[in-house]
Amino acid sequence: MENKLFVSSSPHITDKESIPKIMYGVTLSLVPAFIGAIYFFGIQSLWVVLVGVLSAVATEGVIQKLMKKPITITDGSAILTGVLLAFNVPAEVPLWIPAVGSMFAIAVGKIPFGGLGYNPMNPALLGRAFLLASWPTHMTIFKTAPTGGTLSGIDAITNATPLNVYRQAKDAIANQATLPAENVQEAYNAMSQLSDSYWNLFTGKIGGCLGETSVLLLLIGAVYLIYKRYISLKIPLSYIVTVALLTWIFGGTEGLFSGDPIFHVLSGGLMLGAFYMATDMVTSPVTYKGRIYFGIGCGILTVVIRLVGGYPEGVSYSILLMNLTVPLIDRYTKPKIFGEVKQK
Amino acid sequence: MSLFKEFFKGFYDENPVFRLALGLCPALAVSNSVQNAVGMGAAATFVLLCSNFIVSLIRKGVPKKIRIPIYIVVIATFVTIVDLAMAGFAPDLHKSLGIFVPLIVVNCVILGRAEAFAGKNNVLYSLFDGLGMGIGFTLALTVVGVVRELLGDGKLWGIPIMGANFEPVLLFILPPGAFLTLGLFLGLFNWIDSRMKK
Repeated sequence: MENKLFVSSSPHITDKESIPKIMYGVTLSLVPAFIGAIYFFGIQSLWVVLVGVLSAVATEGVIQKLMKKPITITDGSAILTGVLLAFNVPAEVPLWIPAVGSMFAIAVGKIPFGGLGYNPMNPALLGRAFLLASWPTHMTIFKTAPTGGTLSGIDAITNATPLNVYRQAKDAIANQATLPAENVQEAYNAMSQLSDSYWNLFTGKIGGCLGETSVLLLLIGAVYLIYKRYISLKIPLSYIVTVALLTWIFGGTEGLFSGDPIFHVLSGGLMLGAFYMATDMVTSPVTYKGRIYFGIGCGILTVVIRLVGGYPEGVSYSILLMNLTVPLIDRYTKPKIFGEVKQK
Repeated sequence: MSLFKEFFKGFYDENPVFRLALGLCPALAVSNSVQNAVGMGAAATFVLLCSNFIVSLIRKGVPKKIRIPIYIVVIATFVTIVDLAMAGFAPDLHKSLGIFVPLIVVNCVILGRAEAFAGKNNVLYSLFDGLGMGIGFTLALTVVGVVRELLGDGKLWGIPIMGANFEPVLLFILPPGAFLTLGLFLGLFNWIDSRMKK
């Protein structure tokens, strides 16, 4: 890019933005959530993120060195992958988990497809899927008391994630004929108390993965991204609206339209997924219409997994699955060329 | 064309799984442990050897238009023998291989060799081809099986060898691990091939 004159194919648009600038911008926008993670889960979060980043960068550097390719670790994409992967694991995991996850994300999810810009799936989410399938016990234990205490002085964080509680309550109500009466009553109580947790869900005072809990801090970062126009609102909005609508219609236990959409929108990894993962430039559609379809697809899959699938949370799998449909979406939402007349 | 060449081509140059990408269904499905992989490989080798022998014997009498059904009948005969023999003598293996023993009938390595080799060559060559291909198939399954059992279970041939602190990478004994391992091996062999051509 140092050359004054370079020849390339159209479009001939020059812009001050570059890959490193965008990547570091997105990483910067995750800083509030990162500080929040240290506040809520303790200093352990710092090590998890650090190990995730170092492993991602080292893997990329070593592989590119071995392949005798230009080494691109300074463009920030590996750093971002490492941060996002670390944000997707519980804070209390042993440190080799983010290390192996980042290694997998880069070595299997990114480099074999040709590196940055060619990966069909979001590498960080692929790393998370790999970790979740391989070590489910580590990936789903959200400890009650963080080691060493947290800065916030909270010495106990809820054991299960809110979505786990919701899921167990929902299953208990669905099978109430076979369960003792007090369990069913407990489940109904849990269901009716979902709305009490709104404030905790919004600020992030809940169990969950390292960087996904605080809606408030993630939104601060998202506002920055939207202000810088690194992401468009189409994917997150269509995603979140779809989740809200579907959980409102189908998420309740007293028939249709009795669900709690606010609870579902605020809980789990939806905010992190919708603003930071689904909007990844490489793995999301380029057409405007396509982005909306992409968001709706992610929303439908998330709700299906949350309400009827095998896991309490489905954001990561839904985005991965929709990533694979991106070429198809782009192909069928190609905008009409100006002045084109439809062939009969 | 020499017997030696026909025998060894299945090991590497025309390895059914890694080079011809045939028989991938059993290679993916039953390579989750070395024991399963070797058992499947042995069963397929036996069927391949026998079917190559018979197909080669009857090749002049087989009408061209219905050769595929005839090959299938020949193969199915030997698969039935393997299936029943395995159920009788190695019931544990038979149980863990499950539906994939009867499915050897439609294994494309076997039908492929009948069609591409045994139907055109004499009995001796066909026997060596079948044996070589069968061993190549077994080797490929075993290599994938070693990686998957070692990483996914911490064991080899059912014996724990990774130490007590090793936490198995469960993904590798699940179906995605099969695709991943096989894909990386295919890539590795293609890479070796491209390096050798230079």
